[in-house]
Amino acid sequence: MTLEQVIFILVSLLTLGTGIVVVTNRNLFHAALAMMASFLGVAGLYILLDAGFLAAAQLLVYIGAISILIIFAIMLTRRMMQAREAAFNSQSGLGLITAVATFALLAAVIGQFWWGVDAFSGRPDVPDTVLQNTVTALGKAFVSPEAYVVPFIVASVLLLAALIGAIYVAWPTEYAEDEA
Amino acid sequence: MSFNIGEFISSIFDLTAGDYLASVWGTEPWVSVVLDILGILIVATIPLLSVFFVGLIERKVLARMQDRIGPNRVGGKYGLLQMFADVVKMLTKELLVPAGADKVAYFLAPVLSLATSALLFAVVPFAPGVIGTNLGVGVFYVLSISSVSVVALLLAGWGSNNKYALLGAFRAVAQLVSYEVPMILSLLVPIILASSMSTMDMVEAQAIPFVIFAPISALIFFVSSLAETGRSPFDLLEAESEIVAGFHTEYSGMVFGLFMAAEYMGIMFMCFLFSTAYLGGYRFFGLEEIVLGNGFQLGRLLGLFITIFKGALVFFVFMWLRATLPRLRIDQLLNFNWKFMVPLMLMILLTVALLDRLILDYIPQVGEAGRAGIHFVSNIIIGFAGLEVLRRSARRQRLRHNTTSPVLAVAENEGAPIYVATEVEPAHDHHGHDHHGHDAHAPVPAH
Repeated sequence: MTLEQVIFILVSLLTLGTGIVVVTNRNLFHAALAMMASFLGVAGLYILLDAGFLAAAQLLVYIGAISILIIFAIMLTRRMMQAREAAFNSQSGLGLITAVATFALLAAVIGQFWWGVDAFSGRPDVPDTVLQNTVTALGKAFVSPEAYVVPFIVASVLLLAALIGAIYVAWPTEYAEDEA
Repeated sequence: MSFNIGEFISSIFDLTAGDYLASVWGTEPWVSVVLDILGILIVATIPLLSVFFVGLIERKVLARMQDRIGPNRVGGKYGLLQMFADVVKMLTKELLVPAGADKVAYFLAPVLSLATSALLFAVVPFAPGVIGTNLGVGVFYVLSISSVSVVALLLAGWGSNNKYALLGAFRAVAQLVSYEVPMILSLLVPIILASSMSTMDMVEAQAIPFVIFAPISALIFFVSSLAETGRSPFDLLEAESEIVAGFHTEYSGMVFGLFMAAEYMGIMFMCFLFSTAYLGGYRFFGLEEIVLGNGFQLGRLLGLFITIFKGALVFFVFMWLRATLPRLRIDQLLNFNWKFMVPLMLMILLTVALLDRLILDYIPQVGEAGRAGIHFVSNIIIGFAGLEVLRRSARRQRLRHNTTSPVLAVAENEGAPIYVATEVEPAHDHHGHDHHGHDAHAPVPAH
């Protein structure tokens, strides 16, 4: 077993172990913390795959933004320290369906690539020049017409619309000082 | 090649000890693992230890600026061992855990805070070829790690089971998340100019330091790095008069010491990042390239000193501001960020990106100096336009509130507290008097 495989197993254990904690822990705040650790493990997997940009994006977006948002939501809506939530709520059936569907989808995609192949025989051959310049390659792919420029712009417009929508929702209907 | 103690010591001084050891030990797999671990230890430990000196220097300099002597007893002449004495004091203090504290969050927070601060140093280029790891996504790595450090504050505030700590943590997160935006935008400017995200490439691209290309953007980065590290005038994270000590109210002993060390390491890192992104890092008129006749790479050692010198220069300005400026209010802080710095920085970013493309495509013959000059002029123009917009908006605001200029108000009303940024809209200050009961703008509230 190579060092890389040992690290892979450790990182996978972190991801899956904390993932189990997320769904079994009754304290919602601790569950959110475990979810952050799970995201951290996923970032570690990206690093093992030589996808440094993706790993940094994972940290920035999932831990730095989404988890903080979730923690704020928990803090602002729940009874603070003593919160002990039930493990199941009225949406557990829908959750089960989603989980099974996601698992089936992922299994189908992975199986398509790895069926009949020894998954641990080694990594696929990717030229070193590409691996060292993933950011440059990514940047070029985002803006080149034959690659991803249209999805990139659509996503940008979506985000812009969300920003403008947020401002519109938060805009005061009349200035408070007029009341005074 | 056999081990030679003389060559080994020489290789330590020109910062090539790793290469030397690798050449002695051969190319077996364990060698790179051992060297990596040694490198990690060095990069993580030296910043932690230098907290002792940085802390002492800050106390001495602040004392001098306030016409005091500062620490002067412990360790001989200049209070040299003051910080060691403080650490011993912290280690012997009892650790008090509040009743009802969330133990996991309470003890995870200081560790996470220190760990993220230490991780940041992995991408600081200390000298030519001397860097923890030259990541292709260096700057992005910095941003993602510092966004994780926000989680530590939230954990501390939540885990302490204390209202002040929780309020302090909310305030800290609001401040850090907001000022992350102009910081990211102002770091994009050096990325565009160097056309690389790696910190090493960024330094290599600065034949002319980027502060000359984009002085306003450098200023904005500096201000937002002050806010990101919670330094005065943005030290709202631990505003004693309002929220006791903010998120670390309930921490005592060495656990508090870990927060303090993390804070100082963050400050040191911001100083290094500023000098890397805008002041040319270890470059100083080719001094960093000197190689002596016997192959001793003096330039690398000089590069290390240049890096530290530039970092220290930025840190001096940090201390200077701390000794000079009073604290802002939280609403002023957030208004200044979202209504002034972010729009200004977006304008600068668009201009720099467009201009740089045009220069490189159509007039490459102007060379590096011409490129710097064009960027400089455009930056200054945008900066003045921004100031003019700010001035008009402040005047409109004053007219609406029927108050005089804050400067005039202070002159008329000698001894009234001065809020430095009152010209930034004291927005939605609904009733004309502020929450502290005293304010600078107003002989008479107009209502």
